Amino acid sequence: MPEDHAADIQLVTRAGEEQARPYGLPLAVLAEITHRCPLQCPYCSNPLAMEPAANELSTADWLRVIDELADLGVLQIHFSGGEPTARRDLVQMVSRATEVGLYTNLITSAVGLTRDKLSALADAGLCHVQISVQGAEPALADRVGGYKGGHARKLEAARWTRELDLPLTVNAVMHRQNLLQLPQIIDMAVEMGASRLEVANVQYYGWALKNRRALMPSPAQVEACTATVEAARARLHGVMEIDYVIPDYYAERPKQCMGGWGRQFFNISPSGKVLPCHAAETITGLDFDSVRDRTLAWIWDNSPALNAYRGTAWMPEPCRSCEWKEADFGGCRCQAFALTGSAGNTDPACARSPLHARVFALAESEAEADHTRFIYRNLSGGTEEAGPA
Amino acid sequence: MRPTVAADSVPRLPRHVKLRHDKARDRWLILVPERVLVPDDTAVAVLSRVDGARSVRDIATDLAQTYQAPVDVILADSVALLQDLADKGFLAVTEAPHA
Repeated sequence: MPEDHAADIQLVTRAGEEQARPYGLPLAVLAEITHRCPLQCPYCSNPLAMEPAANELSTADWLRVIDELADLGVLQIHFSGGEPTARRDLVQMVSRATEVGLYTNLITSAVGLTRDKLSALADAGLCHVQISVQGAEPALADRVGGYKGGHARKLEAARWTRELDLPLTVNAVMHRQNLLQLPQIIDMAVEMGASRLEVANVQYYGWALKNRRALMPSPAQVEACTATVEAARARLHGVMEIDYVIPDYYAERPKQCMGGWGRQFFNISPSGKVLPCHAAETITGLDFDSVRDRTLAWIWDNSPALNAYRGTAWMPEPCRSCEWKEADFGGCRCQAFALTGSAGNTDPACARSPLHARVFALAESEAEADHTRFIYRNLSGGTEEAGPA
Repeated sequence: MRPTVAADSVPRLPRHVKLRHDKARDRWLILVPERVLVPDDTAVAVLSRVDGARSVRDIATDLAQTYQAPVDVILADSVALLQDLADKGFLAVTEAPHA
């Protein structure tokens, strides 16, 4: 996609600069303002070791960080978690982000939302709401989220969202145990009034890696899922956009993770650590700087963790001489670490990795194994679901 | 239902679509959920006139005068550009009330 690539370079390049750099101006930041969450999804993207409330940044810290984000050239802020509405100062943060010109997005489970809270967020300038769903009907959805009554509350919150004229994206995280409900989830998202649906297959880090054998679909299931999405896209053209992510164990080429490590995106953890992505803390041996100790501008340029895998100079073979290295930036470092033990190795999602065939076979065998019991995410290291395997 | 853009449609940018000049990059940008679009000069000229009051025909007439260009060509280009944005969910349209 040469046009997209050209636009991409324009976006990270500072005014007046002729040459593209290995990294440039950050476009977006994921503000994980808390790890607290009423749901316990077994594929949660938070780290296994979560931050307790006592370690969270203060309101004053976040307001300063939001000002710094705007100065740094960040355009969009995604308020996420955990469950971002668990923090009482969320409206204040959205309000400040609006004031300094940031595009604000709320990524929420919606189970703790009230109409009043949503209305206050809309008044504070919130641009967009993303509500996650775990299935098409309460029995499965509430089981996956580990929260009885959660599904019904999501539908109610979606109704308030549309009543307040806030645009809605529905996030559907897909895995072996809910893939069969995808057609109904698509219909449900249309009924909820979503203008956009994200159908994202689970990516296997942290909690999802721990639950991989309960979540991994088979290649045939992924193919059926892809066909369902393609048919729905054609049918719903102009009504609802559908973004689609396949599980990359079954991909030929790795995803362009985060648009490249430390290139156009970063994550701020509840305690203020600046990470190249939400999963980066799974990589041991990297030193992440905190907004408590340094300015964001300093961190963006100087953080050893952000600089570790920037650009292409760090790459081993077969990446180093690969014609795609500027397109996918070598895929995902967290996945390389999780599956090979070294973050500097080729992402095994890539067909050119010597480990690709093994990873593909591993996924296939786990998909066949018929293990359904989840390990629920919580602050105490996870709780196994009751009942038969 | 898929929204249709015609000459008499009145386009409006919804809350989740922000057209903004960014100082750090010295560029016009369109901010949408999860993405940033880089509009070309034509798109900027059209979208900066989208205000929820003027019809596509009004906008095209204004552009034709400003750039000394044939109005029917500009109108056709504007309809195509706006329909594309509407199909992506990035533009709301209402019909102009008939005078």
